Amino acid sequence: MKLITAIIKPHALDRVREALQAQGVEGMTVTEASGYGRQRGHTEVYRGAEYVVDLVPKVRLEVVVEDDDTDHIVDVLVAAARTGKIGDGKVWVTPVEAIVRVRTGERGPDAV
Amino acid sequence: METINAGDTAWVMMSAALVLFMTPGLAIFYAGMVRVKSVLNMIMMSFAAMGVVSIVWVMYGYSLTFGPDSGAGLIGDLSLMGLSGVAETTVGAPGHEIPTLAFVMFQMTFAIITVALLSGAIADRAKFRAWMVFMIIWVTLVYFPIAHWAFMFDGGDGGWIGDRLGALDFAGGTAVEITSGASALALAIVLGPRMGWRREAMRPHNLPLVLLGAGMLWFGWFGFNAGSALTAGSTAAVALINTQVCTAAAALSWIAVERLRDGHATTLGAASGAIVGAVAITPSCAFLTPMGAIGLGLVAGAISAVAVGWKYRLGYDDSLDVVGVHGMGGIVGMLAIGFLATTAVNPAGQDGLFAGGGFALLGKQTVAVVATAAFAFTMTFLLAHLVNRVVGFRADADDELRGLDVATHAESAYEFGPTSGVGMLSGTHPGSMHRETE
Repeated sequence: MKLITAIIKPHALDRVREALQAQGVEGMTVTEASGYGRQRGHTEVYRGAEYVVDLVPKVRLEVVVEDDDTDHIVDVLVAAARTGKIGDGKVWVTPVEAIVRVRTGERGPDAV
Repeated sequence: METINAGDTAWVMMSAALVLFMTPGLAIFYAGMVRVKSVLNMIMMSFAAMGVVSIVWVMYGYSLTFGPDSGAGLIGDLSLMGLSGVAETTVGAPGHEIPTLAFVMFQMTFAIITVALLSGAIADRAKFRAWMVFMIIWVTLVYFPIAHWAFMFDGGDGGWIGDRLGALDFAGGTAVEITSGASALALAIVLGPRMGWRREAMRPHNLPLVLLGAGMLWFGWFGFNAGSALTAGSTAAVALINTQVCTAAAALSWIAVERLRDGHATTLGAASGAIVGAVAITPSCAFLTPMGAIGLGLVAGAISAVAVGWKYRLGYDDSLDVVGVHGMGGIVGMLAIGFLATTAVNPAGQDGLFAGGGFALLGKQTVAVVATAAFAFTMTFLLAHLVNRVVGFRADADDELRGLDVATHAESAYEFGPTSGVGMLSGTHPGSMHRETE
């Protein structure tokens, strides 16, 4: 099993969620995040004083999938999150050693 | 009891309520501008002023301010302590008498908001018990004397600015605005800047609150200015329309300066400009034509839009710009009377330079401005040092970093979710997600 972690633009979340759902992904975890990459931040002005805001709002999305599905799901996710503009985000994949469904105690792929 | 004019009395009592409403308005205006960790402390400083000053005013404040002058026009006596004997008397010209108690209540709200105004200079970093002590000392030794100078009329035997010198200050350009601005500067200097000032982002945490507060202030200001006529007549009507158009013009001129200088017209600029306009028209509202009031608003808004930047060059952390908004606005409004005042609007006033009155009035206005600013700054500087020496004015560094809401009041302003604020990094947006649950 793999953990797919995606940092995406907040307004891309709905598109990504719908695209993944269409591929049978049945659950995900979403966290509000802040950060910057090449996009950097923006400038705000309050009573003439400029503030450079480095950290821009992002959404962190996590999905656990079976090994064979990983590449396909990543492709779908990236396609749905892409706008072509700087700041679209990053996706990375990490191995998952174990997974348990809390309610039933099921382990492994059955718990996904 | 003598005859009471019901219309005048109704207007003054309603104005008292309008002006009292300005202090929570100010609290909200200020609260939106501070960081999320000391929002409640900001509001609490204003609410504490409503508590403390109300009681002090009845005990001896009204007497020191409006009691018979004790000599040179500097301060009243103590003969009206506890409002003794006041209930049986009236104030006002023949035919316009109102119960003195209505006047006591109306003027109490001025004392409250002037104290509350100071809190903007020391946001996020004042020890609350020091603020409680400071308020009592400050209102006694700074506000009551200056209010006596400006507001106490007794046929030439009243306060020295209004009744003897003859400078014009209709609703408190000296006693409220310049006094709070000059005192705010002294407080900001004594307490020193917030930790991280000019290095960290200290953006307003909630601009809609700022705009709501500005709206409450704008609304209440009609009581402040038009209520100061103490009659429901033509003078009040002049003050009413002038308050509206000067406030409007200053809001426009502030955002015009921003658009030209920074490239964006901001909501904080519109709110700030509106307050500057209301401040500038406070002393002058009964003496100017509406066209004069529009001109004053345009000038005052532009000046303050520039003046709020001075603190970064001069190095004092007047956190919410009490100096730039109230101090500068008050000075511009007081001096504008020397140019724009005309007896065509109000026979009880005087003619300024542009109305053919020469420089006499401008000279008197200048004396009033300088004396008020110098006294307020010097006294506040000394009193703040005294309080700092005795109880410590500056909050502990740990408390300041954690935020005064939790450290001082054991509360948080906002519940952000099950983990309650975890993840609220200074200088970041919480994001903007709205999800429908399925």
